This record gives sequence, structure tokens and C-alpha cells, in this order.
Amino acid sequence: MSDKTSLLDARGIGKSFLGIMALDGVDFTLARGEIHALLGENGAGKSTLIKILTGVYTRDRGTVALDGEDVTPANVAEAQALGIGTVYQEVNLLENLTVAENLYLGRQPRKFGLIDRREMRRRSEALLSRYGLSIDVDALLSSYSVAIRQIVAIARAVDLSGKVLVLDEPTASLDSHEVEMLFSVLRRLREEGLGIIIITHFLNQVYAVADRVTVLRNGRLVGTKKLAELPRLELISMMLGRELQHITREHQAEAETIAPTAEAPIRFAGYGKRGSVAPFDLSVRPGEVVGIAGLLGSGRTETAFLLFGIDRADSGTATIDNKEIALSSPEAAISNGFGFCPEERKTDGIIGDFSVADNIALALQARQGWSKPISSREKAQLAESFIKSLDIRPPDANRPIKFLSGGNQQKAILARWLATNPRLLILDEPTRGIDIGAHAEILKMIERLCAEGMSLVVISSELEELTAVAHRVIVLSDRRHVAELSGDQLTADNIMQAIASSARLEAAE
Amino acid sequence: MIHSRNLPFVTTLGIFVIAYALCVLQFPNMFSTRVVGNLLTDNAFLGIAAVGMTFVILSGGIDLSIGSMIAFASVFVAVMVNSLGVHPLIAFAAVLVISTIFGSLMGAMIRYLGIPPFVVTLAGMFLARGAAYLISTQSVPISHEMIDAIQGFYFRFPGGGRLTALAILMLAVFIVGAFVAGRTRFGANVYAIGGNQQSAELMGVPVGSTTIGIYALSGFLSGLAGIAYTLYTSSGYSLATVGVELDAIAAVVIGGTLLTGGVGLVAGTFVGILIQGLIQTYIVFDGTLSSWWTKIVIGVLLFVFIVLQRAIIWYSNRKLAESRLREV
Repeated sequence: MSDKTSLLDARGIGKSFLGIMALDGVDFTLARGEIHALLGENGAGKSTLIKILTGVYTRDRGTVALDGEDVTPANVAEAQALGIGTVYQEVNLLENLTVAENLYLGRQPRKFGLIDRREMRRRSEALLSRYGLSIDVDALLSSYSVAIRQIVAIARAVDLSGKVLVLDEPTASLDSHEVEMLFSVLRRLREEGLGIIIITHFLNQVYAVADRVTVLRNGRLVGTKKLAELPRLELISMMLGRELQHITREHQAEAETIAPTAEAPIRFAGYGKRGSVAPFDLSVRPGEVVGIAGLLGSGRTETAFLLFGIDRADSGTATIDNKEIALSSPEAAISNGFGFCPEERKTDGIIGDFSVADNIALALQARQGWSKPISSREKAQLAESFIKSLDIRPPDANRPIKFLSGGNQQKAILARWLATNPRLLILDEPTRGIDIGAHAEILKMIERLCAEGMSLVVISSELEELTAVAHRVIVLSDRRHVAELSGDQLTADNIMQAIASSARLEAAE
Repeated sequence: MIHSRNLPFVTTLGIFVIAYALCVLQFPNMFSTRVVGNLLTDNAFLGIAAVGMTFVILSGGIDLSIGSMIAFASVFVAVMVNSLGVHPLIAFAAVLVISTIFGSLMGAMIRYLGIPPFVVTLAGMFLARGAAYLISTQSVPISHEMIDAIQGFYFRFPGGGRLTALAILMLAVFIVGAFVAGRTRFGANVYAIGGNQQSAELMGVPVGSTTIGIYALSGFLSGLAGIAYTLYTSSGYSLATVGVELDAIAAVVIGGTLLTGGVGLVAGTFVGILIQGLIQTYIVFDGTLSSWWTKIVIGVLLFVFIVLQRAIIWYSNRKLAESRLREV
């Protein structure tokens, strides 16, 4: 880390999509021989920033300087030629090609105008040996593990560009041994003077490999810090967007797990799925709101998927009124009186071209079975009553739902489940991406529903929101339920403490 | 070792060899250069078009305009030469330019307007067929000393078989096609786009120009197939070659190319053509079977191959999952 002159310098980057600000005046600097972590929750603007730097998007405002010279890559190939290479998490290399073909796609060595396969093989082997890999480069990429594919992708990106390497969640599907293998490759590249940007949501990995961290939130820069001087708790508060008012010395959260209480009619015991969420206990009483908190990738959504039968649990039992039930599919969950508003409203929630009325009637229809269609008169009545009671605007039941604002779409989806009169309603990020007015209304509605005796599970990255509406909050970290807070313990500070202390624990292991 | 991606090709080759052996067992006369020579000549125009289709399918697309384009090219050439007295070489060049431009326009629409290839080439199919009708609805005979010379040209095999100019043209197209697919950057880009267009784009593959190039190539080869068809039948007819694109797709798929793109060989398509030709020849030799049996056998073969491809994908996914489990 001797030569720390700035390699990449982005200033005041701005980008909006259809009038929605995705990035707003973000500064980002990367030094030579540095591993720089880029953190933020979903929608914070990480991907947008990366895509601007790598030429996928063009910026609306701001400047990007590479080696002191202004650059505006118009596409990926141009960014590569300038020296910025990217390795994406999923869309990466081509599994239908061989390792060598992947490494040299678009720049194959040629002899008399034809690809020289022997030379390509030789160069591929030489290139990979520098990364400590000696594999059959003529075998299909799909025959190798994700970790090896990842290293092949890095080898290609570095060989192509050689100044800046961008890694978008490179460790998401790797086990700990593979992660270590990847990190040693990164550390070696750092020694060679490369600037590396790594996006990840595993804090331990950030501390293990990165030198500095930049945190984004809601398209804005929260800050850039040296990791050696940044306590975990402060990093978490940067990410979750809450200033620490009282960093009390040893105000450790009393992390205790309450056993599933006997009187709770809906209980999950030892419920979990390998590779998704570690087994957990959860019980919900009527009229209770259970909050689920955690950082991105901590298993929040995975927990919801298990509860609603989208993923099948491979351990534990679910019981309602002391009767064991099998949540093998969302259909089974619905027939047991569950409802679920997913996080990705646009793709998983609404059916855009259907009218508001059709969207509202969907779950009720599913529950009744398709042989008993809801008449259009019933449907209209249903829609009318919910449009009135939830104040959905514009109050037009026949308008395609895609033309409604985010908040009104969310209300319609809530209406969809309320129409089935569920016992347990699971809400995954119910207030994301909706305006402040609708935000308050939805929180009020949650309170009203639980006053009426409904059980709710609310997942949110907004800690203030959780502490306001939830009676109990379960804290997740690294796909485990690490703490349960209730009563006086239930404060945003304590939630962050719980996340931080569990992360520390992990690191100590 | 056979890579799993070459398994469909090897299977096809095996099926062809076994089927040919069975035919020869029943009709020993089928084992002759005469039969082979005729088989190549009879399927020359289909083979040429199928090479274009191979590139299209390798890229994950489809080209339904091929049959219409062949009819258009044959009528165009026949009318140019016969009614307008244009030299055949000029007519050939003109039709190749037209078909190539036609193909590149379809490619550009697919790429830049984001319309699925199925829809664009369906429109192209109607357009080309309509244009052919516009030129002439009659069968137009063609006669020119140069065309007679091409038709009369052949190498004689030992055993009396003839390797005609058409057969030579088709073989040349297959050889060049195989080189382009396997040994050029364009070919590598085609496989890359067929594997995953988004990944290919992120890896810097020029998806736009490659897509246009693929459909331009398919258009060019359809035009060439049209010329071959004109030479084969000594006429141009706008009602001819209806549904040839489907025969070409069948040859490509039977040849082991994955309909979803990214995996396959030009050589496989050649075997696919041979299998289709073999079935037709068998029916001729048998004499009692209706020619519809060709369609039935090809239908069955297609089913077999699609199921086989599914099975291979399923098997390799499972093997991958197993190997990953072991690593963990």
C-alpha cells in the first residue's frame, strides 16, 4: 500500500431513471493497490454506480477520471479498453463455451485469419497458472465449480483491462474455503497495484479483505472510511441510516430467544432450510406484529419465503392451533390462512396489465379454487369496498394497476390479502419505494389490522419503522436468527448492537 | 473423451451409420456412389439453406423466411435470365445482394427494435413469398448455355456416381460454414450470443453487428439455395419450396444443435441432411411406401432428439450439482 495515488476519481455522479433519482451527486475514489468495498442496502445505488463506471449506463452528471484523465466509457468494451474490468455475480461468463474460449472471447489469437486453438490453449494455461489454477482449459466452463469460474472471470477481466477490477457480489454463492481462495487472489492483485472495487453484503468479508469502504444510501453518499478505523457498529449505522445518538459503552442487547409460547396459535419450531436460513423458532399471537430486522442478505426474505411455502423447509415443524401443517407451496400457505406481500412488488406482486379489481380478487379466487369463479359483480363490490377503505387512488377499479403509484399498488396488494381475511400476513419491505404519505398510511393500517386480531410478520430495513410498529423484533445476521428483542429492549440501537455483536462473534470463530 | 456438448452430434452420426447399414442390408444397391451422389445433389439446396439456419439457431434465433426466400430467388433469377435476357452471373449476383440485404434488415430489426426473431422472420416469410408472386405466378423455365454447362458438369466417382456442381457447392458451403463457426471470431461470437446474450454483451461481444451478420448470412445462403434450386429444377416457381425452412430446422436439430442456442456443430447439420436424404432414398427403393413416411420418420426423429437434448441438459446439471456437493 505504498503507492496510494488516486487511480479512479468519480465526482458528483448523478443518474436518474424516468425521473427517479438513482444516484445523486456521489463521489468515489479508488487508489492504486487498494481493495475498496462498496456497501449499501437494496436500491442504495451501488449497482448504478458500478454500471456507470463500467460503461453499462452513461451518467447524467459528474466526472470520472482514470489516471487523471476524464473518461466516459460508452459501453463495456470501451471501459475494458480503458482498463476497467468487471466480474458480475450471476451473468458472467458463458457456460456453453470452454474455459479457453471464455478467456479469449473477442480477442482470440489468430493465424491466417483463423482462430489458433493451440495458441489459445497455451496462453490460457499460462494465464491461469498465475492464479494457481491448473485445469483442463478445453473443458466446458459449466463443468467447473462456481469458485473456479469466478477466478476464470477475474483472470479474464484483469488480463483485459489491468487497472481497475470491479467485483459485484463475488462471494454470494461460495463457501468459506472458496472465499478464502478468492481473497488470496485479490490480495495478490492488490500487491500488483490493481485497484479493486468489491460489492458485498457480508461485513466479515469486508473487514477481512478491504482497505476502505464507501457506503451509499438512497442514491446518496453516506461516507468513505478506512476500515481499520471504523468500528462495526458505526459501519452498520452508516448502512442502515441512523445516527447513533447514544453509543453507550456496554449497552449490549440482551439477546435471548423466547421459546415458542404455548398459547400462540401459529408456531414454527426448528424451522429452516439448509443454505437458506438456519433453523429458527417463531411464534405469532393474534394481534401481534413480529418484526424481522437484518442487513441485506442476512436471510430476511428467505425467512419470509419459508413461512409462506415458496421455499420448502427441510427441518422443523409448523403448527396452527396445535395441528401440524405442511407448507409445501404458497397454495398450501394460502389455504392455511397465510398472506404474503413480497419485496419485489413490480415483478412478484402486481400483475401490471390486470385491473385493480382483478389484482385484488386474485388471492381470494386462488383460495376458493378456480372452479368457483368470483362473479364480476362480486369482484366490483370487493374492489369498491377496498378502494374506499384503503383510500386507493385514483378510485377506478378498472384501471390497469401498472398506472398506479407505488404506494397505491402496495395498498391494492394489501387489499388482495385482506380480502382473504388471513390469520397471518407477511409483509416484506411494505414501505419500500413509496411516498411519505402512503408510508404513514400503511403503518397505520398495520396497527389497525393487529388491533383487529390479525397476526403480522413485518420485514423491514427501516429500523425506526420496525420499532414503531412491532411488538417483538427478531434480528437476523448471516442467515441466522441471532436475537429477539421486545419491550424496553426494542430500540434501533439495540437492533444494530445485535447485528454488530453477532458479526463480531462470527469473526472470532 | 466425448464432451457432453458433442454427444448429440455423435448420437446423430451413430444413428445415420446404423440406419444406412440397415438400409444396405435390405437393399444392397443402396451402398453405391450413385445413391450417394444423387442424395447430395437432391438435397443441395436444402443443405445450403440449413447451414444458414444452423448459425441462426446457434445464436438462439430462428429464420422462417428461408423457404420463401428460395422461391423468390429462383423466380427472380428465372425471370431475369429468361424474360429479360440478363446474363445468369449478373442475375446470381443481384439476387445474392438482395437476399443478403433482406437478411441484414431482419437482423437489424431483431436487434434494434427488440422484436423476437420468430415474428420478424415470419413477416419476412410473407414478404418474400409475396414478392415472388409479384414477379410471376407461373413456373418460369430457364435456359442459358452457361446454366446448361453448370448442370452438365460433374466428377465421376468410381461406380458410376456423379458429384455434380450442386453437390460440390453444398459441400463447399458446409466446409466454409464449419470453419466460420469453429475457427473465426464471428463464429465464436455466435456461440457466445446463443449461450447468453446478456453475458456476451457484458464480455464485449458486438451483439448488434453479429446479429445482423447472422441473419445476413442466412439471407445470403437462402439466396444461394434459391440459385441452387433454380439449377436443380431448371425453372423458377413462386409456389415452390413452401415449408423448406422447417425441413432446414429439422436438419439442424437432428444434427444435434440445441434449439435454445449456444451448442451445436455445422457438421451435425450435414448429418441431419444426410439422414433426411437417406429416408427419402429408402422410400424410393422400397417403392410401396408413401412419401409421407419421410415426414413421419423425421417427426419421430425430432421428438427423439429434443428429448435427448433435454436428458443431456438434465444429466449435466445433475452431475454439476453432485460435483459441487462433493466440494462442499
